[in-house]
Amino acid sequence: MTDNILEVRNLTKHFKTKRGMLHAVDGVDFTIQRGQTLGLVGESGCGKTTVGRTILRLIEPTAGDIIFEGENITKINQKKLKNVRKDMQLIFQDPYSSLDPRKTVSQIISEPIIANKILKTKEEIHARVAELMSTVGLAARLFNTYPHELDGGRRQRIGIARALAMEPKFIVCDEPVSALDVSIQAQILNLLKELQAEFHLSYIFITHDLSVVNHFSDEIAVMYLGKIVEKAPAEELFAHPLHPYTQALLSAIPVPDLRDKRERILIKGEITSPINPPQECRFKKRCNYAHDKCDEHPDLVEVTPGHLVACHLVNK
Amino acid sequence: MDKRDLVLDVKNLVVRYETEDGIVKAVNGLNLQIERGKAIGLVGETGAGKTTTALSLLRLIPKPPGVEECDHMFLDGLDMLSLSVKELEKVRGKDISMIFQDPMTALNPVLTVGDQIAESIFLHEDVSYAEARKRAIEMLEVVGIPGERANEYPHQFSGGMKQRVVIAIALACHPKLLIADEPTTALDVTIQAQVLDLMKNLRKHYKTSLIMITHDLGIVAEICDEVAVMYSGNIVERGTLEDVFNKTKHPYTEGLFNSLPNINDRKAMLTPIKGLMPDPTNIPVGCPFHPRCPYMGEDCKQPQWERAISDTHFVRCSAYDRTGFRIEREER
Repeated sequence: MTDNILEVRNLTKHFKTKRGMLHAVDGVDFTIQRGQTLGLVGESGCGKTTVGRTILRLIEPTAGDIIFEGENITKINQKKLKNVRKDMQLIFQDPYSSLDPRKTVSQIISEPIIANKILKTKEEIHARVAELMSTVGLAARLFNTYPHELDGGRRQRIGIARALAMEPKFIVCDEPVSALDVSIQAQILNLLKELQAEFHLSYIFITHDLSVVNHFSDEIAVMYLGKIVEKAPAEELFAHPLHPYTQALLSAIPVPDLRDKRERILIKGEITSPINPPQECRFKKRCNYAHDKCDEHPDLVEVTPGHLVACHLVNK
Repeated sequence: MDKRDLVLDVKNLVVRYETEDGIVKAVNGLNLQIERGKAIGLVGETGAGKTTTALSLLRLIPKPPGVEECDHMFLDGLDMLSLSVKELEKVRGKDISMIFQDPMTALNPVLTVGDQIAESIFLHEDVSYAEARKRAIEMLEVVGIPGERANEYPHQFSGGMKQRVVIAIALACHPKLLIADEPTTALDVTIQAQVLDLMKNLRKHYKTSLIMITHDLGIVAEICDEVAVMYSGNIVERGTLEDVFNKTKHPYTEGLFNSLPNINDRKAMLTPIKGLMPDPTNIPVGCPFHPRCPYMGEDCKQPQWERAISDTHFVRCSAYDRTGFRIEREER
């Protein structure tokens, strides 16, 4: 019996633009088991951030179902949603712009506690903030400092403390380390892993950095132009990438190891427009193996247990 | 007497910014030599002084607040420190040129890309504008953009295409030295692969020497011959790729490698460097890395200098004066 914390079915988000319908997310399905991490990888514009925000209903989905803890939250009203959101939190990419510059560290962290009326007295709130700060490794002396006085790593820790304030079960981490230097990035990644073990958290980890996602995730979904093109356990995906896009993506990672001489698969061109995409395979224009059959969009099919691919080459 | 054929020879470069909030010591006595045709990766984190070093090589440090001191700076024998503003204008874009991190802001939005490439050729070479324009179109094709797009404006190009245009401008006059400041950081990984591949081929073709400024050791392994690791305004370790990657000596370099997720071993725990990069207005005495260094000893608080490990490998770390000292990563 699997214990799914989140199930997403046929999640779709289209934005109306002047030039036509922008298909940001187009029929995405996945489940996340409790205590596990799903890595969502892809390049700019593939829809990974939209997926994260739609799940939290910060953006309303065009179609599809979001089932959180067995409850379909796609249509529930704002009042009920507020309750559910205590269990679902978001950590933002940019620790420089996601914190209110006029609030102190303690005010930022206590904001969700006060807004949701979790604790009443000043003393209780103060104690809880101090506890959260120590959980994420922020020194107590920073209690009354402002974000601009702190470096990127510490700011990201504030964002994490704020997300933890509601004791969530599930966190969407949207590029949480992309803006940080490598030595600080490692500190934050370790912190997120420790917190996951301690509080039994489930994560969606959105990133464009493949070596980070490999390190961090149990399962990885690769997105391209609003669709999942391949999904597999992390180890399996890196050992046996099947989709031509995944193969190119993995081969393009610059590896800081002289013994790792991987063969580059260069793909031509750049990501095509998500506005009114044609009914063919979305990757067709850049694919080195494109053939007639690719005019038809391939379905995401399980090829080996747990390993799903959307490609006519593989799904013969 | 150095017998090597040096394109760049810099000795004891110091750059500081004298601001109201204090003196920012950006570069502190840096030595850098590059042999003709070689590519060196200048690696370090935010605030290490990489970009300031590059701007200083182009003599583009704003003064004030910038203050520069340097024993000598030769670009292919040319004494860069003695040149007037007029003379520098002739050197920049011709003998030494730079690719900036963000292609979105490096191009002029109101000029066509063809005109922007032609401008550089027209200014530096004795050719008519029509001839410069013709060569601009050739350059566009060299970087993989169809020549007929020369009449388009930057906003009509994607990020990767814009960076190709910037590369075309930088290479238009076949510079002796090209400085690329994080040229692929703003790009997606498949586009990054295309641009790196292009740079690799063009460098071979034009025999240009390259300084690749990056925070990504993977890119260095991809494209460079040598590496210089910067920390707090100085080079703490330099050598060939083999030296620095496989016979790592400096504790900071080791810390950088340990902070990176290993793509071939996903279970390996990350070992971050503790603490933070020092504030450049208040750099620790002695080795600037000593407050974060796991091998810290009393000697680290003394002034540091560079020790030769081999003919090609240098490390700025006094721990190597201790008998039998070695770091954990050494001789992997």
